[in-house]
This record gives sequence, structure tokens and C-alpha cells, in this order.
Amino acid sequence: MFAFLVRRLLQSIVVMLVVGLVAFSLFNFVGDPIHNMVGQEATTEQREELREQLGLNDPFPLQFARFVANAAQGEFGISYRMARPVDVVIAERLPATLELAFVSAFFALFLGVSAGVYAALNRYGWTSRLVMTISLIGVSLPTFLIGILLIWIFAVQLQWLPSFGRGDVVQVGAWRTGFLTESGLRALILPAITLGLFQLTLIMRLVRAEMLEVLRTDYIKFARARGLSNRAINFGHALKNTLVPVITITGLQLGSIIAFAIITETVFQWPGVGLLFIIAIQFVDIPVMAAYLMLIALFFVVINLIVDLLYYAVDPRLRVEAGSARAH
Amino acid sequence: MSSAVKTPLLQVRNLRVEFPTRRGVLTAVDDLSFDIHEGEVLGVVGESGAGKSMTGTAVIGLLEPPGRIAGGEVLLRGRRIDNLPYEELRRIRGKEIGMIFQDPLTSLNPLYTVGRQLVETIRTHSDLSEGRAKARAVELLAEVGIPAPERRVNQYPHQFSGGMRQRVVIALALCANPRLVIADEPTTALDVSIQAQIISLLKRLCSEHGAAVMLITHDMGVIAETADRVAVMYAGRLAEIGPVKDVVKHARHPYTHGLMGSIPIVGQDLDRLTQIDGSMPRLSEIPPGCPFHPRCPRVFEPCDQERPDPIPVENSEVACWLYDDKRSGGGGHG
Repeated sequence: MFAFLVRRLLQSIVVMLVVGLVAFSLFNFVGDPIHNMVGQEATTEQREELREQLGLNDPFPLQFARFVANAAQGEFGISYRMARPVDVVIAERLPATLELAFVSAFFALFLGVSAGVYAALNRYGWTSRLVMTISLIGVSLPTFLIGILLIWIFAVQLQWLPSFGRGDVVQVGAWRTGFLTESGLRALILPAITLGLFQLTLIMRLVRAEMLEVLRTDYIKFARARGLSNRAINFGHALKNTLVPVITITGLQLGSIIAFAIITETVFQWPGVGLLFIIAIQFVDIPVMAAYLMLIALFFVVINLIVDLLYYAVDPRLRVEAGSARAH
Repeated sequence: MSSAVKTPLLQVRNLRVEFPTRRGVLTAVDDLSFDIHEGEVLGVVGESGAGKSMTGTAVIGLLEPPGRIAGGEVLLRGRRIDNLPYEELRRIRGKEIGMIFQDPLTSLNPLYTVGRQLVETIRTHSDLSEGRAKARAVELLAEVGIPAPERRVNQYPHQFSGGMRQRVVIALALCANPRLVIADEPTTALDVSIQAQIISLLKRLCSEHGAAVMLITHDMGVIAETADRVAVMYAGRLAEIGPVKDVVKHARHPYTHGLMGSIPIVGQDLDRLTQIDGSMPRLSEIPPGCPFHPRCPRVFEPCDQERPDPIPVENSEVACWLYDDKRSGGGGHG
């Protein structure tokens, strides 16, 4: 277990270094940073002086090492556009994205797993067929279209919910939350549905397929032959076995929820890091772009690590216990 | 037979199992009748696809839809069980009829300890407390010959070998003291060296618990050693049923005869084993009349026209026109 953890941590570090290399390359290959920083009137000498001062004449490995060292401390320099430290800007906006992602993920997981189990258990019922058909819409419609549709229905036509923004927020320590005000919660509904709908349908279809698979296995048949109640079979035996593969996909999907928040945040003008990233691209604000890239990579790596640990919790076959390796 | 006057434990009457498919209805089991008496071991043999497993699954009411019992009845101690509501039938499963499946490696839920699976089954069929049920689980594991049961009870299925897992499966099938155990090819998936152990364990435990066994297998050797009576199935129908000695030594149905001739016997130096030409028909292509007639060496004129019903011959019943005196003029008994 400990060796496994160490190995996974080392792998994670390698992944982060590779992403770091890509992020770092942005600085060197997407335009000239000096050109972005100084005005048009700056002389060649001034530019050269600045280049020397910023260490841009140093050899590539040295510059990369410096970048990594700074990134490890959360420092990504100054935003070209806002002229403020990137880490501060991101820290301000991260709560908005995380709250949105958390609510979407919860919505997708809770409804996705329940609907999937329902559709698997009542596979020939008309409600589950209906749910499966509707889920096709969720899988195939692009997120921005769903967002715009929802805005049109609930914000424009019915005028029940706000169409953009985050509503009123409350500062709790360093965290700016929208959970504590009514307008904050109302503003959260549409973007959360938009962001979670695709994952919901995906999880639901996956859970249904996996569960149908599990219900066909010998141990379920044997559990029936032992006379166990349907409840014990479906929820005690089948569901737990269904969750093993579902955990992987769901874990990765949670990563994508944070990453895909870009589109939802743009549609709803949600003041999170996704929107920040989109604006940064428009302005070629490379420090912000690099920091965002690293941040998303970090989320994925951490989530993967958690997924691997969850496997251990769920599946005893992975827990290699000393001294009890199969004995006859 | 001493049990002839008593109501048999299990009576299967004209059982018919059908599978509706896109290309028509397939009949997996057709007009099958047999009895199992208390404490008796009935072997059910036949090639794969003969409907042996389907019969076992139908008796315990676990046919996978769209498969269904389309006709006939199943009676347990004289009470009809094939038309019971799901919940009532569930109470019979495990409690009155236990079932053991082919593959012990996949019969146990990999995510729970064997103890948990035993306790769960025990508590489903009795009102023992958690602690008492756990103690009973340990007893059962000891009974099926698992060493150090106190420690093993807390282990997961993957920590057991195939033979040990089948022992756990047997413990699970027996834990509510069922009157009948349906063992569907219980040793097919195991090493040859372990098969004999498991079969003798199964036989010993069932006779200790007073349970009858319906032993489904294609291994005639196992049948000869274990069963009291044998039912031979062919293409979903009964070919012959009778006491094991009669069927093995004096097979009457030409199919049984061919089946026995195809078994190698150690020490007996045969130049070649007899074989039955052709293969069993697919369910969609069962010929009219006797399903065996295209392969039968002793086919004569009624065979491809009319279907023979089981005819009593001494202690057996044989579904073959050779034993119908009117048809064959008594010439079949030779």
C-alpha cells in the first residue's frame, strides 16, 4: 500500500513536469513576452536590458527549472492584462469555479447513479426506456446549446432564474461563497445543470450498462438461488460491484467538469477561472494561461490519486495483505 | 422401492421450457417428467444443450427471461411451486431447494468476505442473531473441510483456491438445511484431482443433512459412483430414466447405449471407442418423431413419424419405440 502510494506520487510528479513543460513553452513560443510587456516606443537597448533582467537569455533548462520552482510555490508571475500577481487573481476566482463544479458533480452523481440503477432494474419498463431516450439528448447536445436553451426558457421566458453572474456573495475568510445568499443559490441552478447534464447522462448510461452486466453474473444468480431478498441482491451485491468501474469514469468526469466549466462559465458569465482563462486567451495573457493549465493538470492528478485509493477501499482483491496470499 | 408409497420430494410433470426468439419459439425442455425422492441422488446426464441445466434452473424458478416455463408443473412435497409469486418462491430458494453452480470462481461475490455471505444467507432463512449466525458460518466452513475456519471466515473469495471456493459454495447452498440440492456441473470447472473430493464431500454432506441431490453433469463416471438413479436427456427430452446400475450396465435406449460405449475404461483394452455419428440437433432443428432417430442405429418406421413417450421397462422408463410391444413386436428387448 505504501509502496503503491509512493509510486503513484512519483508518477503524478512526472505528469506535472510534462504539463509544466507545455505551459512553459507557451512563454517562449507564443509571441515574445518582452514585446507584450513594453510599449511600442521602447528602444532595442531597453528591450535587451529587460530581457537580461528577466533572465530570458539564460539557457532553456535553467529557465525551465526556475519556472518549475516558482510554480511549485504557486507563483506564475504577473498577469499581462491585469498587472496583478496571477496566483492572487486565480485564488480570487477559484471558489466560484469550485462551488459550481461541486454542485454539478453532486447533481450528476446523485441523479446519474439513481437513474442508472432504476433503468437497469426496470429495463423493460416504459419509464426507463423514456429516461434512456431523453438521456441521448443530454449526451449529444453541446453544453453551450443546453446553457442557452435553459437561459431562454427559465431566465427569458419564465423569468424565474437569473441568466448570468453569481448573485450576491459572502466572504468567509479567504473564500468568497455564493452558497449563503438566496440570489447566490438561485444563480447557481442553471449553470450547475448545464455543466452537470452531460456527466449526468453519461454516468447514468454507464451505471445502467454496468449494472445490467453485473446482474447477469454467476454470483448474482447464486445470490438469488440462496433466496436473498431483491433489495439485498440489487443494492447489497449488484450496486457495489457496479461501482468499481463507475468510480474510474466518474473520477475522470469530475476532472472534466472543472475543465469544461470554461464553456458554461462563458455562457453564464460566471466569474470563475474558466472565464478568466477564456479572456486570457483573447489577450494572449500567457502567465494566466500557463497557471490555468497547471491548475487543471493538478486537479486531474489529485482526482486520479483519490480514485486509485477508492479502489482499495471498495475492492478487496487489490488489497494485498501480507501472510494471507491464497493458501490451499 | 420403499419410498414409492410416499409423496416424492420433487415431482416434475410434463415440464416444458421455452425461449421465444426472433426466429420462433425454441423449446429447451419438452414434456419432461421425473421424480426425486427424499434423500435420493438423481443424476441428470446428457450432452451440452440437452436441457439439463435448463431443467435445474426451471425447478428453482430462476430461468432468465425471456425463458419461461410454458407447460407442466413442478411440485415440492406435493405442493405446486412453479406458479408461485416471486416472493414466495424466493423463500423456498435456499431454504427448501439449494443450488450449486458450475463455476466456483464466479459464484461468490468478490467484494464480500465468505463469512458475510454465509451470515447473510443464514439470517435470510432464520432469525439467528449476527453473532450466532457467524458462529454457525464457522461451523459450516469446518463441516465442508476448510482448515482454520475461524480465520478463513473473514477472508475474501480471491484468497481461496478453486476447490476451497466450491467448498464454500456448498456450505452456502446447505446453510439453511434445504431438502433438495440442485448441483449443476459442480466439478466441471475444477482440477481433475479435486473433482472426486468435492463430489464425495457433496454426497456425504447431503446424506448427513438428509438432502436429496439433483446432480447435473455430463460425466458418467461421477454418476456411476454417486447417483441412485439416472435420467438421460437428449435434445430437451427424457431418453431414459432408471436405477443407476440398470442404466449404466444395461442401457436400453440406443442413445444411452452409445453414450456408455463412448466412455473409456481404464484397464480395458479397447481398440477404439464407439461413437455416435452426427451431433445433437440444434434447438431450432429438432426433427419430428423421436429426436434421436437420424443418428439411431436401430431406427425403424415409427421413429421419424411419432414421438415415443417413456415406456416402463422393469425398473426404468425408456422413451423408445423398440420397447413398445405393439410397434416392434417385442423384438426390442435384446
